[in-house]
Amino acid sequence: MAGSSPAEYISHHIQNLTYGRTLDGSWGFAHSAQEATQMGFVSINVDTMFWSLLTGIMFCVLFRKASASASVAKPSKWQLCVELVVEMVWGSVKDAFTGKNALIAPLSLTIFVWIFLMNLMDLVPVDFLPYASQLAGLSHMKMVPTTDVNATFGMSLSIFGLMIYYGIKMKGLGGFAGELAFHPFGKAFLPVNLVLETVSMVAKPLSLSLRLFGNMFAGELVFVLIAALVPFYLQFVLAVPWAIFHILVITLQAYIFMMLTIVYLGQAHEVHH
Amino acid sequence: MESVVAFSALAAGIMIGLGALGAGVGIGILGSKFLEGAARQPELVPMLQARMFLMLGLTDAVPIISIAFAALLMFANPFIGQVG
Repeated sequence: MAGSSPAEYISHHIQNLTYGRTLDGSWGFAHSAQEATQMGFVSINVDTMFWSLLTGIMFCVLFRKASASASVAKPSKWQLCVELVVEMVWGSVKDAFTGKNALIAPLSLTIFVWIFLMNLMDLVPVDFLPYASQLAGLSHMKMVPTTDVNATFGMSLSIFGLMIYYGIKMKGLGGFAGELAFHPFGKAFLPVNLVLETVSMVAKPLSLSLRLFGNMFAGELVFVLIAALVPFYLQFVLAVPWAIFHILVITLQAYIFMMLTIVYLGQAHEVHH
Repeated sequence: MESVVAFSALAAGIMIGLGALGAGVGIGILGSKFLEGAARQPELVPMLQARMFLMLGLTDAVPIISIAFAALLMFANPFIGQVG
């Protein structure tokens, strides 16, 4: 990347590896941001898919290893780590979820650990993997899937789907629609109720995904800016404190996503009388 | 075209500034209430701290979303090319 201007460096590093129909009609990777936007809806961010699947499989394999070789008398260190995380998630679920559902606790554990692992990719130095992948022939590579709006919206829309599914399952279709139409004011204010309830219902997945995206994108952007604008002897001075602060942000954002999932699904389960 | 870029720069500045204002005031109030509660009942500090971090993440969310959009305006401005 020597010789390119800071603006080019920055916009190169915030561009995903997009696969779709290029300008001349053939299928391939996009070579610039304009080409990627021109590809439109029928395109896929290959780097996001790869890293999110890799971290998800890593999570499954590592946690499965802990549970398969679990022993009460002589627990291994990894088993103790996993038990810490599971206990923390189980405590949060018990605190916040009042319904009865076997899916919530594993879902919360998956959300917390998977999002944490995806966010953790942000602590890898900015140029390591993109430079290595450039040597392998790929023009762009973003390692943090949660800096891609598609990934965070995918997760939050799935949670939204679960909210609606459990809302209808617990309250019945009539009860669900009734709750939308008759809360918070009485039956006389039906249009006002509908507007308020729809807005608050749509705001939940929107804010969930954009919160995670905004935090991670801002963090990654600061790393890229430090890499682009600061001479090499000062990089350490600026990047290390930001990385340390970012460790807090990573964990916090994963925890908040998990807590809000539990709260929203709990709200979907509660039946007013 | 130049005015589009100029106005985008101004917009990005206003977005970040107002977001920082809101976040600063909100987190200041949150922190002060936490310290008050911690002074009253020191034995509750771990639980209060966990709740405070949760609230911090929620309060920071919208300002950070606006920073993300301001960064979009700065580096990948969608308004360029739409006019003229």
